Amino acid sequence: MRLTQGQFSFLPDLTDEQIQAQVAYALRNGWSIMVEYTDDPHPRNGLWEMWSPPMFDLTEDEVDVAMRDVRACIEAHGDVYVKIVAYDRSLGRQTSAMSFIVNRPAVEPGFKLERQETNDRVIRYTITSYAVDQNPHGSRYAAKTGSTNGSAGE
Amino acid sequence: MSTTEKKTKSRWDSGVTPYAEMGYWDPDYEPKDTDVLCAFRITPQEGVDAIEAAAAVAGESSTATWTVVWTDRLTSYEHYQAKAYSVEEVPGTPGQYIALIAYDLDLFEEGSIANLTSSIIGNVFGFKPLKALRLEDMRIPVAYVKTFPGPPHGITMEREYLDKFGRPLIGATTKPKLGLSAKNYGRVVYEALRGGLDFTKDDENINSQPFMRWRDRYIHSMEAVQRAQAATGEVKGHYLNVTAATMEEMYERAEFAKEVGSIIIMQDLTVGYTAMTSMSKWCRQNGLILHLHRAGHGTYTRQKTHGVSFRVIAKWCRLLGVDHIHAGTVVGKLEGDPAMIMGYYKTLRDNYVKKDLEQGIYFDQDWASMPGVMPVASGGIHAGQMHQLLHYLGEDSILQFGGGTIGHPMGIAAGASANRTAVEAIIQARNEGRDYYVEGPDILVEAAKGCPELNAALEVWKDITFDYTSTDTADVVVTPTSA
Repeated sequence: MRLTQGQFSFLPDLTDEQIQAQVAYALRNGWSIMVEYTDDPHPRNGLWEMWSPPMFDLTEDEVDVAMRDVRACIEAHGDVYVKIVAYDRSLGRQTSAMSFIVNRPAVEPGFKLERQETNDRVIRYTITSYAVDQNPHGSRYAAKTGSTNGSAGE
Repeated sequence: MSTTEKKTKSRWDSGVTPYAEMGYWDPDYEPKDTDVLCAFRITPQEGVDAIEAAAAVAGESSTATWTVVWTDRLTSYEHYQAKAYSVEEVPGTPGQYIALIAYDLDLFEEGSIANLTSSIIGNVFGFKPLKALRLEDMRIPVAYVKTFPGPPHGITMEREYLDKFGRPLIGATTKPKLGLSAKNYGRVVYEALRGGLDFTKDDENINSQPFMRWRDRYIHSMEAVQRAQAATGEVKGHYLNVTAATMEEMYERAEFAKEVGSIIIMQDLTVGYTAMTSMSKWCRQNGLILHLHRAGHGTYTRQKTHGVSFRVIAKWCRLLGVDHIHAGTVVGKLEGDPAMIMGYYKTLRDNYVKKDLEQGIYFDQDWASMPGVMPVASGGIHAGQMHQLLHYLGEDSILQFGGGTIGHPMGIAAGASANRTAVEAIIQARNEGRDYYVEGPDILVEAAKGCPELNAALEVWKDITFDYTSTDTADVVVTPTSA
């Protein structure tokens, strides 16, 4: 399966140049940049690991600074999911303004839907990730071959 | 009555005194920050003076009756009387006037849209001296705003709940509206959600009919939602319509929606302001998002001379608290002038809305940090219009493609994928700095090269537009400056 969280999962994987254009847009709007990664992509997991503290106060001219972090995170965690989040602190919003995946595992085993049949035809559902169920944290996805990953950097 | 009568009659003599002379017209009145202000479009009967007509509206929507009553003198009546303070002829439309009327906050019960509307649009719309009357806009003072709950969640909370940011949400209404059995219904929901939509929706008139009872629909829809979540790893939802004949039944359905794990329910405007407010409170308590379908509104919002403007309905619904409300598409099959619709969207989303007559907004409105409502565009829209939809409606909106998903030649899931790919491609292009409104068709064609579903959608609906003149337009229009 293909995890379709984020803004651009229905498009071909973004190139490094395309990622940079999106980051530049965020910086033009005065938003801060966060790079996050996880090996637990459950749709309710709102707390991916932070690669570094949020990058506040960058200008569009400093897009390279943000991209250095993006590339470093992908380099270190190329076997799992990496996303970029742009955060808008302005009054009335105070939440993420963008969120998109920039790296994904080579194989995405997907999710299992478990059904617990209860009374009166009511079913209680739980979704679990095959990768998370079968392996402990840190070894859930196969390491990608080669030093760079498939979705960014070329 | 004759002029001589007017001159000889004192304010408190029994009989009929013109409303304007009883204190309901006060051109020197300066509205207080705490007053409720209304802009009415007044069309007086032949021979009825516009100022007297405006005063009559102020009177009949506040303290007055048709004749003098001495019991007024037991009250500080000056305080409770609404005051018409401005009457101006509508430019280019003889016989119509905009009257501005101020109401003291004491006239209204805290947190009650039912009470507010019983005053403001209670009796006065049937008043004989007026040919027609329309409530164009209202300024709700902050002091009154703060007595209302507002949306159960609001845009920020909803996005965090769904974990979806930076693009319009997309959905579809299940079609055909009526007649599907529960299992077939679930099929449509599943295909649309697994194909890429965020939401599917019950239609306004799908409640609990012989062909499909509500409980069966809820069970089958939830199976579909859960299957789609597992297939995509995304949070998905189906708006389960809880509209019913009684409040007890609405609660019963809402409780069951919660029990089966739905994240969202919906209600129709036809249930009334009190029922909507009750469901709003229930949704805040129980963590479900609340969608509102504006069923029936066209009967009183569409005609320019009589009724209530939709921007006022939108204000009332934000106050009483819904998370979504249908607010027009500009480009689709239903009524909607672009400038008017932008006014509705601002009214629903922004924290402070400035007076803007070109968008039909008569007053500044401060929402005092009340969360915004997600406007929903639905009715005759398709993937080929994505650039126009983003341009007119913005990112914080829900675009609902019913026919534009389910009518796709390759199937429902393909229709959903086409819509999702189109919205992502347009957002990407906008963020890259491209002029997406102008280049939109090219951007979509480019994206369609990697997406046969989008290609098919562009092909089948390429010439579909609904280009009719709107009935509800601004009186003031932008005049192009001559070169």
